[in-house]
Amino acid sequence: MHPTSSRRLSTVENPRKSTTLTVMTGLFTLYCLLPLGWLVINATKSQGDFVSTFGLAPGREFALWDNIVQVFTYQDGIFSRWLLNTVLYVVVGATVSTFLAALGGYALAKLDFRGKRTFLLVVLGSISVPGIALAIPQFLLFAHLGMTNTPWAVLIPSFINPFGLYLMWVFTAEAVPSGLLEAAKIDGAGEFRTFLQIALPLLAPAGVTVLLFSFVSIWNNYFLPLIMLKDPAWYPLTVGINQWNKLGSTAGNGALIQNLVITSALLTIVPLIIAFLGLQRYWQSGLSLGAVKG
Amino acid sequence: MAPTRKRRRSPIGLAFIAPFGALFALVFIVPILYAAYLSLFQDKLVGGNTFVGFANYVKLVQDPQFWDGVGRVFWFTLVQVPIMLVLAMALALALDSMRLHGARFLRVTIFLPYAVPAIVSTLMWGFLLGVKYGLFGSLNRALGTDLDPFAPGTTLISIGVMVTWAFTGFNMLIFYAALKAVPRELYEAAAIDGAGEFQIVRSIKLPALRGSLVVTIIFSIIGTFQMFNEPQILPSMVANSGVTTFYTPNLYAYNLAFTGSQQGYAAALALVMAAITIAVAYAVQIRGLRNAPDQ
Repeated sequence: MHPTSSRRLSTVENPRKSTTLTVMTGLFTLYCLLPLGWLVINATKSQGDFVSTFGLAPGREFALWDNIVQVFTYQDGIFSRWLLNTVLYVVVGATVSTFLAALGGYALAKLDFRGKRTFLLVVLGSISVPGIALAIPQFLLFAHLGMTNTPWAVLIPSFINPFGLYLMWVFTAEAVPSGLLEAAKIDGAGEFRTFLQIALPLLAPAGVTVLLFSFVSIWNNYFLPLIMLKDPAWYPLTVGINQWNKLGSTAGNGALIQNLVITSALLTIVPLIIAFLGLQRYWQSGLSLGAVKG
Repeated sequence: MAPTRKRRRSPIGLAFIAPFGALFALVFIVPILYAAYLSLFQDKLVGGNTFVGFANYVKLVQDPQFWDGVGRVFWFTLVQVPIMLVLAMALALALDSMRLHGARFLRVTIFLPYAVPAIVSTLMWGFLLGVKYGLFGSLNRALGTDLDPFAPGTTLISIGVMVTWAFTGFNMLIFYAALKAVPRELYEAAAIDGAGEFQIVRSIKLPALRGSLVVTIIFSIIGTFQMFNEPQILPSMVANSGVTTFYTPNLYAYNLAFTGSQQGYAAALALVMAAITIAVAYAVQIRGLRNAPDQ
């Protein structure tokens, strides 16, 4: 590059690109990509090739399609059931938790009521209670109520997202002008209609962020469904896959279905990666807001 | 702190908060109270469920298996969290410097592991680092070596590699978002005053990361103190990894409650762990805020 032009280009706003820095960062992305690359490669191998060929090299036959068919037909097609369960838990859980967080966050930012400070203190304090320390008491309580081994045992805890409430509260305070709400009320709209028609559309960016992170945490949740559910028919993908994983390693008949474990693992992460890539513009802006305030 | 303006009090606010509040009570408050109640009972062979007062807590304090797990997560936190957060900060600074080729691609790639469920991540790393079917096994055979990342002495390090893999990107993104919030005119002004790149990093960017650092430390501590997935899944993949039933406090609580059916004892353990975690999280927060410059 011409020296003068490079000097002109290199400003605070647009500095010269550094190859050294790119290579160093690139090394870290290798660490990030290696396991995923391994997963993709090995999902294309037959069980025989998986055991006998080198981990990062392709197998002798390309068995991805065979593996997918096997995943969906093994054990009378229980994988489809796990997938549907996961979709149910995720769609209902993420939608309800995001709506409740928006409703609560809006009330905290724009409405005044008795006990608000106490409510805030307790809810924000609860963020530091470890999820698993809570899950065992939750299990004991739900067992007492006769709700374990039903979808409710997984759904109800997922409805509450304290961090989502916090994000919505901060976001409402910033992005929803009080004057607009007053105007709607003067025009005769009730509080709830004002929330639905005026505030909710303005909350969309934070909504996408909360929705996506709820989506991921419910999709990836392993511990809660593991303890709450006994019947494999209600398992989500995570618990189901580990059941297959254990099946493959129990003494005697071990190592028979590792190709299914690997292929089902790949099928499990693909929707999440698509969701993150497709929506990154939205959730990154929502996350920056949380980071600024946090 | 609260971004609210004084407005007329109305009961409608309570109606808005009621659904969240009711479910919150069912999911958080009642279980904790119920656990506190249960922790006062023991399931005895003779006499069934008996009230024992604080006996479970006394037993817990003297339980070497409990302290073994607590010690392990403390050491793990002390080593893994600083490594992960320094890496995340360095990566965020590199991305924010705008000197990277393909920055968007790098940013998304580093974040990607966060979207992978712990069960899948443990499976992948189990196969990568495993010596039976794994990549390490192939390498050992090719090189004639005998290294085992899941030998009892090194399993915790391998778990550290997995956890760092999963969460560095998420923390990086929080730091990156905080850096993006710094007004860029500040850099211009500093550059005009003759500040070099490292000076800008040291006196503008690093201080801007302080708030997020407190948040990420707290989240990381909460995360590692409740470590469960990796040690629970690993033994089904690797023989002789040295992972015991009490490897971490949460794994111990799980095994007590579900395989040992000592629910009262497990409840006491869960409450004590929650108390320890909250205490440490608050200590970090108070330290982090005490040294903070004026907002």
